[in-house]
Amino acid sequence: MSAAKEPLPLLQIEEAVKRFPMPQGILDRLAGRPPRAVNALNGVNLAVRRGETVGIVGESGCGKSTLARCLVRLHELDDGRIRFDGKDVAEYRGAERRAFNRRVQMIFQDPYSSLNPRMRVRQILGEALSVHRVRPPAEIPGRIAELLELVRLPQDAADRFPHEFSGGQRQRIGIARALAVEPDVLVADELVSALDVSVQAQVVNLLLQLQEELHLTVVFVAHDLRLVRHISHRVAVMYLGKVIEVGPTEALFTAPRHPYTKALLDAAPELDPTRRTRVAAARGELPSPLDLPQGCLFNTRCPHAFDRCFAERPILTPRGPEHRAACHLTDFGLPQADPASVAAVAAPAPLSL
Amino acid sequence: MSTTVSSPGTGRRRRLRLGRLPVTLIAGGLILLASLVLAIVPSAFAPYDPIAMDYMAILSPPSWAHPFGTDSFGRDVLARVIHAYTIDMQIAVFATTGPLIVGVIVGALVGYAGGVAEAIFGRIVDAVISFPFLVLVIAIVAVLGPGLGNMYIAVGVIGWVFYGRLVAGEVNVQKRLDYAAAGRAMGYTPGRIIFRHLLPNAITPAIVYWMTDMALAILLGSSLGYLGLGAQPPAAEWGVQIADGKNFMSTAWWISVFPGVAIVITGLGFSLFGDGLAELLRTKK
Amino acid sequence: MSAALDTGSAPALSVRDLSTTFQTPRGPVTAVDAVSFDVMPGEVLGLVGESGSGKSVTLRSLMRLVHAPGTVSGAVSWKGRDLVAMSAPELRKVRGGEIAMIFQEPTSALNPVLTVGLQIEENLKAHTSLDRSARRKRAIELLDLVGIPAAASRLDDYPHQFSGGMRQRVMIAIALASDPKLLLADEPTTALDVTIQDQILKLILDLRDRFAMSVVLVTHDLGVVAATCDRMAVMYAGRIVESGPVVDLFREPHHAYTRGLLGSVPRGGAERTQLLSIEGTPPSLAAIPPGCAFNPRCSFATEVCRRDRPALAAYAPGRFVACHHHTEVAAAGTAVAA
Repeated sequence: MSAAKEPLPLLQIEEAVKRFPMPQGILDRLAGRPPRAVNALNGVNLAVRRGETVGIVGESGCGKSTLARCLVRLHELDDGRIRFDGKDVAEYRGAERRAFNRRVQMIFQDPYSSLNPRMRVRQILGEALSVHRVRPPAEIPGRIAELLELVRLPQDAADRFPHEFSGGQRQRIGIARALAVEPDVLVADELVSALDVSVQAQVVNLLLQLQEELHLTVVFVAHDLRLVRHISHRVAVMYLGKVIEVGPTEALFTAPRHPYTKALLDAAPELDPTRRTRVAAARGELPSPLDLPQGCLFNTRCPHAFDRCFAERPILTPRGPEHRAACHLTDFGLPQADPASVAAVAAPAPLSL
Repeated sequence: MSTTVSSPGTGRRRRLRLGRLPVTLIAGGLILLASLVLAIVPSAFAPYDPIAMDYMAILSPPSWAHPFGTDSFGRDVLARVIHAYTIDMQIAVFATTGPLIVGVIVGALVGYAGGVAEAIFGRIVDAVISFPFLVLVIAIVAVLGPGLGNMYIAVGVIGWVFYGRLVAGEVNVQKRLDYAAAGRAMGYTPGRIIFRHLLPNAITPAIVYWMTDMALAILLGSSLGYLGLGAQPPAAEWGVQIADGKNFMSTAWWISVFPGVAIVITGLGFSLFGDGLAELLRTKK
Repeated sequence: MSAALDTGSAPALSVRDLSTTFQTPRGPVTAVDAVSFDVMPGEVLGLVGESGSGKSVTLRSLMRLVHAPGTVSGAVSWKGRDLVAMSAPELRKVRGGEIAMIFQEPTSALNPVLTVGLQIEENLKAHTSLDRSARRKRAIELLDLVGIPAAASRLDDYPHQFSGGMRQRVMIAIALASDPKLLLADEPTTALDVTIQDQILKLILDLRDRFAMSVVLVTHDLGVVAATCDRMAVMYAGRIVESGPVVDLFREPHHAYTRGLLGSVPRGGAERTQLLSIEGTPPSLAAIPPGCAFNPRCSFATEVCRRDRPALAAYAPGRFVACHHHTEVAAAGTAVAA
């Protein structure tokens, strides 16, 4: 990584680890069994630059939502760190912490539960404005009007309760609440996955417009590959709590360098009915996050796995400009390479990690 | 909490319209309103002084002069039933409001904090509900001495637990919803999240229970009055009156029956009002 | 593809003027409004639409699985018999027998306190004459058929011991127990991850070939339609607005709603551009606009669209559309040039 001349990334996630302990029964405790934990994040590395949209994609259980929640400090990491503007967010205290909470905003997936049902839109937006003192009290009504306009909602929306809106409109309210405090970063967790297809497009269009207008940095977490491809400058693919491939959108989608990315892309149904396949793209299912596989996390499902994959967990290594993948088959996805022959040639490396 | 009702398609703040209110709320409200008026100005309605004895009319059955009859001291039962509203409505309010406030605050904090606080609170709840409520109250009053004041203390020491349990459970559900996470991600203080966001969405069951509890409090007050541990004779109180009549049940049923009817009607008022309130406060989805 | 165009052979299932109405305190609400379609033997028909379009209610109405204030009218002809007019005992034989159904949520569609083996055998008992040991053998065969590893040892497991994808496979195994000729699938992969969805869809296609079943697949996902269906019918506000072979509809939609739906889905090659979205939201079934139900959201709408409701009519062999201006819509092309 030649980061010498590059400006510091706005957000930098380094070896982030998050475990959720399982509730332990009294019998287990008496028997002295060690507490089990869901390994949600297992050493995530990712950088987000100012003004870019980074898509985080993966299937359920890959840790993408946990990562989003860690970014806004709804969860604290068990190990590793998240740097914001170069500083470890865990060290923010008092006024600095409040400023961080203002500058990094989250938009939630569920348009029905993410707004307080007993507050009017005016109160929801006004509260964010007054708590963070981004505007003097006299200017708050004007700012609320501005925000509603920004997310293309009618002005009379201010006096209504959330239940009076459709799902798409509620997501707009959620966006307005996040934008009220003039943040630098928007973390969008499955922003449109609860919405109808025709409404999804409206919200996606709005997000794209707002990002241009307000120069926002966006972390877009989603399971929908087409959406992530449409929105993101760069994409990170997660599997079992690790980023297994990250790269510029175009490169990653047209020439994936990790077998899981390729399987994921092949599994997503093609929108062209003339290009149908009859063979499933991926075999098997996700292993339990309670018992992670030894070595590469994908080895239980990978058609190309060989000895080294069961012994050593690969780390992200460069594959092209800004393109990195965590796979021992460094030639995977290259047009000339035949994975089988590569596997035969690959030297057994000493155990590290 | 807002008491206005809003319907889709209108942005205006809507006044409550009588026709849109639940029938149970209106019926219960009318009974309670009447009870309240009787409690505040009983002498405006009572035909006699409640403790004036008339030895010329001892144990006289219901008549035009004494619609509910008279008791063994010749006191007018109607006047005593009406004057008892003052004490019994006071019991309903005083014996429940303190527990409501304490229970709601403790429940909200415990429900939000979870973990150890919730575990400790859970044990307290288990301890309290494993005893019959009445027996526990009687035990405490027996230690402190009879009288209304001590009864309030006894009920207060135990009663908040029931509110706390309701609110803690509901807050526990609400805090997992995304709007609570949104508040935390916004950097709102726990106090604001608990009392401004979670509590308005969590308090409805406690408010509804409060109404039932007021009816139960009247029953409790009457029971203690009957046992001689609550309101003290010659004060007019329904439980005391029923106790007064217990030796005359076969010959002068009216002494006990009319206060009993008053208890039933007031209790009905509270539970109807509570049901109506539950319907009104239900969150729209 | 198999018999995609309904010419020549007789349809396996023929639906005519199917309507489902629910009585509500505010008056009757028509969730399915005079829907007609055919399903050919061995064909996969996709019923596509957004929430509230009536696609799932249509599927349930076919087998009269609509709950009490709902009433079903019209005709559903299955092998010459009308399912709508059929007596309850007769219908029970068809349900789960010749016609089987799978649901979106395998978790709630399976009984949590019975082993999966028992649940499969239950269906075998109801619809076959196999004896006990034969039923068990058949249950293992079925689990094996739907791709559950070590099927014999999983027979005595409970639903919660299976993952979401495996539960959907179990559901399919139960459905297959009666050797059905028509499979009704209600969003069978919506709750699943994309790699598992891919596996399940391909399994359904394999089973279709193997058992010569017809399939009606309800989905909101156009990708699923493109990957699995032979023909599709697009529903909006309780009616079919367009139907025809999937390849043709994707290439040249004739209804503005179909066109908008296709444009709403991002495709590679036009990253970070505005999508062709449809303004507004689908109408509530209690307040369907007069004329064409889609007119308030349609950029092609004119006076006639606000006044007259267009009927579903054939404009080419096997292709139907309910739009006053379908030639203009077709001429406008899809959002993305191929």
